[in-house]
Amino acid sequence: MPGITREEVAHLARLARLELTDEELDHFAGQLDDIIGAVARVSEVAAEDVPPTSHPLPLTNVMRADEVRPGLTAQQALSGAPAQEQQRFKVPQILGEE
Amino acid sequence: MADVKDPAGLTRLTAAELAARIADGTTSAVEVTEAHLARIEAVDEKVHAFLHVDREGALAQARAVDAKRAAGERLGPLAGVPLAMKDIFATEGVPTTVGSKILDGWLPPYDATVTRRLKEAGLVLLGKTNMDEFAMGSSTENSAFGPTGNPWDLTRVPGGSGGGSAASLASFQAALAIGTDTGGSIRQPAALTGTVGVKPTYGGVSRYGMVAFSSSLDQGGPCARTVLDAALLHEVMAGHDPLDSTSVDAPVPPVVEAARNGSVAGLRVGVVREFGGEGFQAGVTQRFAEAVELLRELGAEIVELSCPSFDKALAAYYLIAPSECSSNLARFDAMRYGLRVGDDGTRSAEEVTSLTREAGFGPEVKRRIMLGTYALSSGYYDAYYGSAQKARTMVARDFAAAFGQVDVVVSPTTPTTAFAIGERVDDPMAMYLADLCTIPVNLAGNAALSLPCGLAPEDGLPVGLQVIAPAMADDRLYRVGAAVEAAFQARWGHPILEEAPVL
Repeated sequence: MPGITREEVAHLARLARLELTDEELDHFAGQLDDIIGAVARVSEVAAEDVPPTSHPLPLTNVMRADEVRPGLTAQQALSGAPAQEQQRFKVPQILGEE
Repeated sequence: MADVKDPAGLTRLTAAELAARIADGTTSAVEVTEAHLARIEAVDEKVHAFLHVDREGALAQARAVDAKRAAGERLGPLAGVPLAMKDIFATEGVPTTVGSKILDGWLPPYDATVTRRLKEAGLVLLGKTNMDEFAMGSSTENSAFGPTGNPWDLTRVPGGSGGGSAASLASFQAALAIGTDTGGSIRQPAALTGTVGVKPTYGGVSRYGMVAFSSSLDQGGPCARTVLDAALLHEVMAGHDPLDSTSVDAPVPPVVEAARNGSVAGLRVGVVREFGGEGFQAGVTQRFAEAVELLRELGAEIVELSCPSFDKALAAYYLIAPSECSSNLARFDAMRYGLRVGDDGTRSAEEVTSLTREAGFGPEVKRRIMLGTYALSSGYYDAYYGSAQKARTMVARDFAAAFGQVDVVVSPTTPTTAFAIGERVDDPMAMYLADLCTIPVNLAGNAALSLPCGLAPEDGLPVGLQVIAPAMADDRLYRVGAAVEAAFQARWGHPILEEAPVL
C-alpha cells in the first residue's frame, strides 16, 4: 500500500476546496500518511468473497404522496445567507475571465 | 451537598423525580429551570459544557408547562425537566454551530424532529452543548469554541464528540441531555464522566435537522444520569419520522418498561475476546472483570466469544466515516448560509468557497475531508472504501453470529479513563483508539448503552460498561442496565456521581 506525498495532499486539498497554507500541507502530509498507513490493513479483506455493506439497513426508496405542504418562506430560507439581493442568494461570480 | 443557590437540591434529582414533583405540584417547572440556570451560572465558567444558554426560551417553556398543569391538562412523563441539547440539532431561532466557525451565528429557520418532539413533550431546552467540530473527535477539544472540562477533573477531557452534554449531566447543570453517536460520541463521553448514554438502533431516532457527518452511521440518542431517565428520554425522542428516509417504521422498543424491570437472570451475556488485552488500562480491565462477575452473581450465563473481524473495524470506520463526511460537508460552500470569506468582488465563487472552508473548518475536519476524498478517488476506491465496506459486512456477520449464542454482549466502553486535555490533540491515531470498542456497533447498526461500573483504582476516574444488543432490541440494554445499576449502587451505597469532586 503506497503512502501519501505532500503533492498528493495538495491535490486532495484542491479537490476538496480547501485553500491550505504551506505549514498545514507540511503538517497534514505526515499525519495523513500515518493514518493511511494504519487504516490500510482493511485491504487485507479485499480478496474476501463477501458483499460490501454501504448501510446498516436494507434501504428502499421512500416516497410520499405528491401533495403540497408548507415549506420555508423565502425570507426564512434567506435568513442565513451571507449576501442576498432581490429575494435571492447573492453569490460571487461563477464564470472566470477566460 | 447543600448548594446555596439550590436549597431544595433540585439539580441533584433525577429526571423521573423532577417530573413527578412538577406533576404533583411539589415544585414548579419554573423553579426547576431557575435552579438549573443558577447552577449553570455558578459552574459553567469552569466546565464550559454550554456554547449557548437560552435563558429566556427555557423559562418560557417552563412557564408553558406550569400553565398547562394549572389548566388541569395531563403532562407528559418528562414535562418541565431541563435538558441540554448537543449543538448538532437545529433549534429554530437558537444558535446552532456544530462546534464550527463555519456555522458561527447561524440561526436555523426550523426545528429538527428531535427538537420538535422534545418541545412537544414539555422538556425545557436550557441551551446547546459543546462538541467536537461536526462531531469529529473523542475529546471535545476539536470544538472551535474551546474545550470542555471533565467534572471529575477539569484538566481532563470529558470525551467526545458529545463532551458538553455528558459534562452538563455530571456537573448537575442539566437533568437530561441529547447526544449523537457516529462511532461512540454518546457512549464514550458517558463512560468518561460516570453517566449513562445510549446509542439506539440505527434508524431509531430521526436524523432530520441533525447536521450530517456520516449518514450511514450517525444516530441521535439519550444521555442521562440514570438508566431509567435515559429510557424515558429515549421514548420521547425515538420513533418513525417520514422526514428521514432511513427512519425505521416500527414501534419504539419498550425501553421504559424494561428500565423499570431490570433483570439479567437467565440471560446469556457474551464477552468478546477482541475487546481487551493490550492497550487497555489496568483499572478498566479490573472494573470490567468485576462487572462480568456481578452479572454472573445476578444470574446471567457468561459466554466467551470471538469476533475476529473487530480488529478491522477501526480501520474500516476511519475510511467510511471520512468518505461520507467529505461528501456531506460539500454543502458548506459559503453560498446559502454560514461563513463567507474573501468575497471582495474580484474572486470567483470557487475561490471564495476554498477560502471560506480553509477559514471555517478546523484541523480534524480538514484531515477527514481529505482522507475521505482520497479513499473515494479512482485508483484507491477498491483498496480503501471498497475493502472497508467488506469489513463492515464481516463485522455485522460477527455480531449476527454472536447474537445467535447470546442475548447481549458486554465490553469496556473505552480502553482508558479520561485523558488529559492536550494529550492526544495532535496525534489523530492515538485519539481514534478511544473508540475501539464502540465503533463496531455503529458499523453494524446495533443498539448499545454505556453505564458506570466503578472508578479505576489508579486514577479515581470513571470506567464505563458497554452493553450491546441486536438491532431493534434496545429494550434489552435497559433491562440489563437497570439491573447492573441497581446492584452497583447497592454495593457502593450511592450513585457514582456522589464521588465526583464538588465544583
